[in-house]
Amino acid sequence: MTEPLLTIRDLHLEGRTDEEWVPIIKGVDLTLDRGEVLGLIGESGAGKSTLGLAAMGYCRDGVRVSQGQVKFDGIDLFEASAGQKRALLGKRIAYVAQSAAASFNPAHKIIDQHTEAPVRHGVMGRAESVEDGVDLYERLRLPNPEEIGFRYPHQVSGGQLQRAMTAMAMSCRPDLIIFDEPTTALDVTTQIEVLAAIRRIVKDFGTAAIYITHDLAVVAQMADRIKVLLRGEEVETNETRAMLSDPQEEYTKSLWAVRSFKRPAKPAVAEGTVPVISVRNVDASYGPVPVLHDISFDVHKGRTVAVVGESGSGKSTAARCITGLLPPTGGEILLDGEPMAADYRKRNKDTLRRVQMIYQMADTALNPRMSVGQIIARPVQFYLGLRGAAKRKRVNELMEQIELDPAEYYGRLPSELSGGQKQRIGIARALAAEPEFIICDEVTSALDQLVAEGILKLLARLQDELQLSYMFITHDLATVRAISDEVVVMKDGRVLDQGPKSEMFRPPHHPYTDLLLSSVPEMDPDWLTHLLETRGVDNIGDAATDKM
Amino acid sequence: MNTVLKIILQRLGLGLLTLLVVSIVIFLAVNALPGDFAQVILGQGATEQATAQIRRDLGLDQPLVMRYFAWLGGMATGDLGTSFAQLNFAQNMGGSGGVTVVEQIAPRFANTMFLAGVTAAIAVPVAVGLGILAALYRNTAFDKAANVATLSSISSPEFFMAYVLILFLAVLNPILPSLSNIYEGMPFGERLTRTLLPALTLTLVVVAHMMRMTRASIINLLASPYIEMARLKGIAPMRIIVRHALPNALAPIINVIALNLAYLITGVVVVEVVFVYPGIGQLFVDSVKIRDIPVVQACCLIFAAAYILLNLTADVMSILSNPRLRHPK
Amino acid sequence: MTLALVLLALLPLAWVFRFAGQRLTRRPYWRDMTFAVAYGYLLVAVLLAWLAWAYLQSMSADAEVANTYFFLRVAINLFIGFAIAAILFRLLGRAVGPAWSRKAFRQMPLTAAFGMLTIIVYVVVAIFAPLIAPYGQEQIIPGVAANILPGGDPALGGNPDFPLGTDQIGRDILSRLIYGAQNTVGIAFATTCLAFVLGGTLGILAATLGGWLDNLLSRAVDVLMAIPSLIFALLLMTIASVWAPRLGIPLTVFMVFIIAVIDSTRVYRLARAVAQNIVVMDYIEAAKLRGEGLRYLVFKEILPNATAPLLAEFGLRFCFVFLTIAALSFLGVGIQPPLADWGTMVRDLASFINFAAFAPLAASAPLLAAGAIALLTVAVNFLVDWMLHRSSGLKE
Repeated sequence: MTEPLLTIRDLHLEGRTDEEWVPIIKGVDLTLDRGEVLGLIGESGAGKSTLGLAAMGYCRDGVRVSQGQVKFDGIDLFEASAGQKRALLGKRIAYVAQSAAASFNPAHKIIDQHTEAPVRHGVMGRAESVEDGVDLYERLRLPNPEEIGFRYPHQVSGGQLQRAMTAMAMSCRPDLIIFDEPTTALDVTTQIEVLAAIRRIVKDFGTAAIYITHDLAVVAQMADRIKVLLRGEEVETNETRAMLSDPQEEYTKSLWAVRSFKRPAKPAVAEGTVPVISVRNVDASYGPVPVLHDISFDVHKGRTVAVVGESGSGKSTAARCITGLLPPTGGEILLDGEPMAADYRKRNKDTLRRVQMIYQMADTALNPRMSVGQIIARPVQFYLGLRGAAKRKRVNELMEQIELDPAEYYGRLPSELSGGQKQRIGIARALAAEPEFIICDEVTSALDQLVAEGILKLLARLQDELQLSYMFITHDLATVRAISDEVVVMKDGRVLDQGPKSEMFRPPHHPYTDLLLSSVPEMDPDWLTHLLETRGVDNIGDAATDKM
Repeated sequence: MNTVLKIILQRLGLGLLTLLVVSIVIFLAVNALPGDFAQVILGQGATEQATAQIRRDLGLDQPLVMRYFAWLGGMATGDLGTSFAQLNFAQNMGGSGGVTVVEQIAPRFANTMFLAGVTAAIAVPVAVGLGILAALYRNTAFDKAANVATLSSISSPEFFMAYVLILFLAVLNPILPSLSNIYEGMPFGERLTRTLLPALTLTLVVVAHMMRMTRASIINLLASPYIEMARLKGIAPMRIIVRHALPNALAPIINVIALNLAYLITGVVVVEVVFVYPGIGQLFVDSVKIRDIPVVQACCLIFAAAYILLNLTADVMSILSNPRLRHPK
Repeated sequence: MTLALVLLALLPLAWVFRFAGQRLTRRPYWRDMTFAVAYGYLLVAVLLAWLAWAYLQSMSADAEVANTYFFLRVAINLFIGFAIAAILFRLLGRAVGPAWSRKAFRQMPLTAAFGMLTIIVYVVVAIFAPLIAPYGQEQIIPGVAANILPGGDPALGGNPDFPLGTDQIGRDILSRLIYGAQNTVGIAFATTCLAFVLGGTLGILAATLGGWLDNLLSRAVDVLMAIPSLIFALLLMTIASVWAPRLGIPLTVFMVFIIAVIDSTRVYRLARAVAQNIVVMDYIEAAKLRGEGLRYLVFKEILPNATAPLLAEFGLRFCFVFLTIAALSFLGVGIQPPLADWGTMVRDLASFINFAAFAPLAASAPLLAAGAIALLTVAVNFLVDWMLHRSSGLKE
């Protein structure tokens, strides 16, 4: 067993954009031994998914190999005929995609899709494969393993579907599985279950795996070795522990350092201070469906309140209530002690000016047909009535505040900016109104970690300079730790827990806060193991028995 | 199954309602004529007496709402009224009554259905087959050639196609007759031969549309992650098409077919005129020219009903083939 | 019958073809070639061979045989001619002009270049029709026979003064074709503009304001769209034809309005859908929360982002309107004589088709008018297809 299972030599891949071929992967080498798990990490655009698929000898439409070779167990995958390759795929190399919901065929039952590969490849008969599938479901701790496979994909939840797909990948007991960001689309508490299930089954069967992700903490739990990619090139490779404790390259170090950014919490405000924004007993509903129940919290001058919760917890709805886009059905919202009209259309210009918003997707938050200068200038003119040279001067000031050179960026269109720069323009547009209160709706979750850190630092600096108050909506607890003064935990439209950050991150707290906090992966490679021990294995997933 | 049934019933109800409103629109449009039908029929020089007589015969002295319901009631019971042209003719001859609209429309309606049927029988398999091929071999020379050909054929007016076909298949190479004068009791084989040229013309136009839409929906489908997943499971291409793509492609393809058959309805008018095919389209155009209002009204309603029905079918079919609706949570 | 035999004979040939390819080279392309592809190659080869043979046939000394293949030869000549013109035009576009247009020409497929060239030619002809046309559109030239054959060769019944011949009452067909560009294209263009103003405005308003206005308009449009457009147009034209003489307004004006209204329903649908996609964007929400008024929202935020799809739709709608008008004219209820119009010309000259077997030139007259219609719509469609492809490609 001296020969590695998978070898990639000097691989170059190109992708087509605008009728031109541009390099995506620029000379990557990779070896993988049997039973080894390699973590492939990098930011968006690093080419990790493309590389993962290339390891299966597969290129998507508009991608081609320009140089290099991929050898799996002695077979050159790009030289092999279509038939030879088909005989390998599914049987010896399997794939787990990011979105299980989209990767299961909606027209067939899960088990029928599960048995397809083993039956087609002649590994086992259908009846046997069904039995094996049920066994795998049990190992992956899916609820009702006997029955769940006989449902259609849309009848099963996302986290369960992701585990069913892992089972499907295992159906022929492959030598290698490519996991392509299998937990990215899941909430943290669900992610834990899937991670644990994947890790266990890969270990059980001694399967080699390539685990692709952008999340360092996740990869630390899963991989034996980590390879860092940057714009299609390898930065460095090392054993997981060595890599975490002692990164060699600047880029890797900066990636590692992101999570260490932490702004000290500010002292609590004096008793009796009038908060900038006070949400009092707010109820809200979308049509007849109630979505918020009796929400109350305060945001004080110069402070940041982080509103945390998983998808569907109602945190963004709370923001819509404050902006007046969704008039509450009960309760009131005070701005500097004065109640605001429920509907934004009934608010006067000055009230509108004082409450601003920064959006999650900078792409959709900036008009693609307006230049950076026009976007920032509009609120300057609209609220402050500045024109001509005075307006231009103010826009320049704002652009300097967000650290973009006005000379260079004033005339650019949003499509000519990077994600982080776009988000900065969004911030400048909010600042241009000279507001007191800014709602930041998941402003960093669409950004790569390094860029996100820059945005957080910028927001923190602006807060100190301008005494701004933030409501920071996020699902990411690392962000909460970094920037918040106070934390509000939401679930199913209710506030479960709230208080100063220092108290929130220290026990005792509400059981849900506990679950949420403990589910956030940490960089420690033993974190998942310890967590599973403390929670007790039965806590993960719903299946009661541990068959190992 | 309950939810599906409910949705389908809802759609049916909506379709009926649309048809009802459409009938009101048609009725009102016709009643927007200046003066009244009597003057239209008899022309400017009619005597007062004759005009009054026709008014009474047609019930034109009734209020608008009453006339609408009378007309609608007649429609529902198959009484489409009396053709003006025939009435006028009968009046002049001194007789009474005349040929009813139903008598005029019924045989022609059957002819048109025959033409549409022949067209569909040729067009649907060809279009779907070519569409799938173009999707499978997309961005190849075949796909590009098909793109140019279908775009050209969509863009050309029906009569251009018709004359080109006449030129090549009837005049230069006398294979098919250029006039489609079919009549009742004609043997089926001959009837088919005479219908073939108009049917081919319609086919050319409809195939182009249908093929492009099929291609687009298949490409859309082939780009979905579950097809990629099937490929990555090492499934053979043919099986991917049959087992993974087709069950999901059914809904869009049925939709495409129904929409294009609806499109046929418009195309049939011009083509019938070119080939002098005795169908409802030709009757419609003739009636428009001589302002035979009851016939125009009735034809219009029939066309609209067929159009609504086909769209409804497309709707219902796509609901039925949606697994999410068929197997609710 | 022959056709079926040829298709069948190709089956084993395709296998041999592929096998030979596999033997001669070891390229993966041949190894992975499916049977269907091999068959396709052979099919194309046979087709090309037949076309070449037919082209030679058309130059045969036997008049009957030559006539039979005459139109095929014309079609092939035209095809090659158009292709060369498009290539030259594209080369020109790449060489001159500002940087952005040169870049656009570099990426442009031949079909789009052809479309653009054709549209430019049509526009020029339409605008300068009175200068280009040798005779007036209604002018019955005294002393000239009716039904002179096209071609200008006196030996074949032509007249060099009338290169495309004269029609059944002795009007110059070439002049009428040129004026037809002005009338047919001009009227179609005006109608499309009207439809866009109407449907576009209402559609964007409905999407922006929402609520009861949106509901009301959308339901009304649903009903209007449930009647096939040509049928509805014919119905309304019937009514208009009674009104027109009473009000003293030409029927053509009625037609413009009727088609514009019917077509505006389709424009409404698209404009509303496009605007709705824009309205849900965060930057619109930001503008609303800023307190911006409707005017600013529509003109500064929505319209600039809706231009590309609306422009493409304008092209398609124009084709549709143009074809509808042509069809109405062809059926005799569209553009009224004595205005020269291609649809009417086709109808009037249609019977000449039957002379094709012995006098191919005679049959070409109606095809010229019909071809003029087809050429323009094909050209617009090619251009729009490319525009749509480009805008969808840029998004990815």
